[in-house]
Amino acid sequence: MPFGNTHNQLKMKFSSEQEYPDLSKHNNHMAKVLSPAMYERLRSKQTPSGFTLDDVIQTGVDNPADDELPDLSQHNNHMAKVLTPDMYRRLRERATPNGFTIDGVIQTGVDNPGHPFIMTVGCVAGDEETYEVFKELLDPVIEDRHGGYKPTDKHKTDLNPDNLKGGDDLDPNYVLSSRVRTGRSVRGFCLPPHCSRGERRAVEKLSIEALASLTGDLKGKYYALKNMTDAEQQQLIDDHFLFDKPVSPLLLASGMARDWPDARGIWHNDNKTFLVWVNEEDHLRVISMQKGGNMREVFHRCFCTGLTKIETLFKERGHAFMWNEHLGYVLTCPSNLGTGLRAGVHVKLPNMSKNAKFEEVLKKLRLQKRGTGGVDTAAVGGVFDISNADRLGFSEVELVQMVVDGIKLLVEMEKRLEKGQSIDDLMPAQK
Amino acid sequence: MIHEKAIMPFGNTHNNFKLNYKVEDEYPDLSKHNNHMAKALTKELYGKLRDKQTPSGYTLDDVIQTGVDNPGHPFIMTVGCVAGDEESYEVFKDLLDPVISDRHGGYKPTDKHRTDLNYENLKGGDDLDPNYVLSSRVRTGRSIKGFTLPPHNSRGERRIIEKLSVEALTSLDGEFKGKYYPLKSMTDAEQEQLIADHFLFDKPVSPLLTCAGMARDWPDARGIWHNDNKSFLVWVNEEDHLRVISMEKGGNMREVFRRFCVGLKKIEEIFKKHDHGFMWNEHLGYILTCPSNLGTGLRGGVHVKLPKLSTHPKFEEILTRLRLQKRGTGGVDTASVGGVFDISNADRLGSSEVEQVQMVVDGVKLMVEMEKKLEKGEAIDSMIPAQK
Repeated sequence: MPFGNTHNQLKMKFSSEQEYPDLSKHNNHMAKVLSPAMYERLRSKQTPSGFTLDDVIQTGVDNPADDELPDLSQHNNHMAKVLTPDMYRRLRERATPNGFTIDGVIQTGVDNPGHPFIMTVGCVAGDEETYEVFKELLDPVIEDRHGGYKPTDKHKTDLNPDNLKGGDDLDPNYVLSSRVRTGRSVRGFCLPPHCSRGERRAVEKLSIEALASLTGDLKGKYYALKNMTDAEQQQLIDDHFLFDKPVSPLLLASGMARDWPDARGIWHNDNKTFLVWVNEEDHLRVISMQKGGNMREVFHRCFCTGLTKIETLFKERGHAFMWNEHLGYVLTCPSNLGTGLRAGVHVKLPNMSKNAKFEEVLKKLRLQKRGTGGVDTAAVGGVFDISNADRLGFSEVELVQMVVDGIKLLVEMEKRLEKGQSIDDLMPAQK
Repeated sequence: MIHEKAIMPFGNTHNNFKLNYKVEDEYPDLSKHNNHMAKALTKELYGKLRDKQTPSGYTLDDVIQTGVDNPGHPFIMTVGCVAGDEESYEVFKDLLDPVISDRHGGYKPTDKHRTDLNYENLKGGDDLDPNYVLSSRVRTGRSIKGFTLPPHNSRGERRIIEKLSVEALTSLDGEFKGKYYPLKSMTDAEQEQLIADHFLFDKPVSPLLTCAGMARDWPDARGIWHNDNKSFLVWVNEEDHLRVISMEKGGNMREVFRRFCVGLKKIEEIFKKHDHGFMWNEHLGYILTCPSNLGTGLRGGVHVKLPKLSTHPKFEEILTRLRLQKRGTGGVDTASVGGVFDISNADRLGSSEVEQVQMVVDGVKLMVEMEKKLEKGEAIDSMIPAQK
């Protein structure tokens, strides 16, 4: 001793090319940095204790897999159908300007393999740029989810209630209530899976200011989740307005419940017909509803008065809503892109719902049914929640028109069946 | 629309982005919180630490997220913070040192921790009365140097940890010869058996753990290894890289501890051969995910029948003096059934493995004697111990 690092000297008998490790399948920090030229420069060196370049890099050579690719073999969601190993390797090189990465996009889909019958989306956006930086994954997901919507397609936005035909005379003996909901994201802030406390609080502050300036029948009050009184909480529950900390692992795994209940709250007008959720699954969820079948009025209140006024106020403070001509309104979940709109009614269809053609009729009308507890609930007493199935590729007016026309037809069919008459001549064509 | 093609690592863009917001806007609302992190983290301290990150990119918000999301319990003091890597304990020492001190009985930043895994230094422990002591168990955790910890690690890291662990464990022989069962490819029959043996761990449901991010990608690279004798068990990639458990029926804690020490040493040797020792330093001992498990990470305990002693007014005081804690036989947060308690060491940091197991051995021996006295209707006042 000392041996003079005999072993490393021996290796110098082989050329640099012969000694250079095969890093072609490697994806670690060392492999990214160690070029053949660098290997040649450094391989003759050693530390005073005899540690050589090969010693430094051995662990990185032996373990090529930073094998980061998620195991999606048990999975059934849109993300898992689309994400290939090569796509993952390409996309993990990237990040949005706010630091959102591919693992952030897909974590919820990795953690929740999905359901054999219900196709979940399995990915979320952390900011507006996600849809651009990770378009290689999200475009096919969007196409699959939104009926073949292509990356080159343009989405139509039409919030003008005057363009809606009819909708004020759905039979209240059948149509018990009418409701429209949508979401909005505030440009300049990250979305709920990724936003920091500071951003979330800034979104809340802007929202409160904007909502506080509403007047007339939209005048209302904001209830912050974190300092709600017991009485206020009970009232909001009774009104079916209160939202709670998400329990669904689909939402939790994406990180949108962090810091709960900080900067979350509910605003509603005194008339209890216009409601805004702040910082739940999206920056804003906007809901308009009332008893009976006047969908026209509900639509008018939601968009003409409510949203337009709020949007103006946000713009005045330098924060428009996230929107572009390809994806329409940008929201957290790709399933809500476009209009983000679900317009629906609670309607009594005890006879129609038992008819063999019920599912087919809904499909042709581009409508979907849910139980009256919302998604994943069963119908009670023949009362169904019927709403538009589409979100992207149709305008708001077009979607609400489909609901209005479709419900009118379904009620007619119900009345026929009540009288024991046939509905064959009423069957619609595919919209 | 701009997008950046960044080369990994990304330089923690997100954390830098948050610095655009003022400290008071980013500082969490801890007004309703009761955990060690909330007690220690002032706004000023948050401001001081928020721009820092460990070499692997772990930030202050990562450390504290679990404590922000889980305000805590009025009676049970949770820790409220976790480490994402070995360096967390250094980079965020201004927060973690006071948390450690509070949790570990005043342990100072300058204190040195003693490690002693020489089972021969244990006195006695082979003769706890099996009429009272139903089973004996020792568990600890180990982290593998060079990898980040469960709240932070990637799928690739977790899989390498699993690979290295399986290699190490499957090379064991003699009393340690055994088999590995990965969670994701377990058969129904294997699962049933592991449940019946009380070996199986499941995806964490506690929000304390899930909010820290350690359940990501479940069940990828998670598994259970045990020897054929079913007396030595290793959990891979649950709350720590490795959880090592030695157990058997009856009161021979000495033998349980022997097997524990011998098995651990063998495993450590194999990891060292591949240049992956366990995370350890002379201040904090063995480095684990939760600050509450630093030091020895050791919980040595027994299931013991103490129906009379447990109803004695001095029971709690005796436990405190003996530096022991009680749990129900279902583990932490369960109630005792039929007067049977899980009694184990309360300390982790500042005393060695031998010292902690000695306290269990001596303490349980004393409590069984007390139980016998109470059975005969005799007083136990003269037996009440001094504070250890």
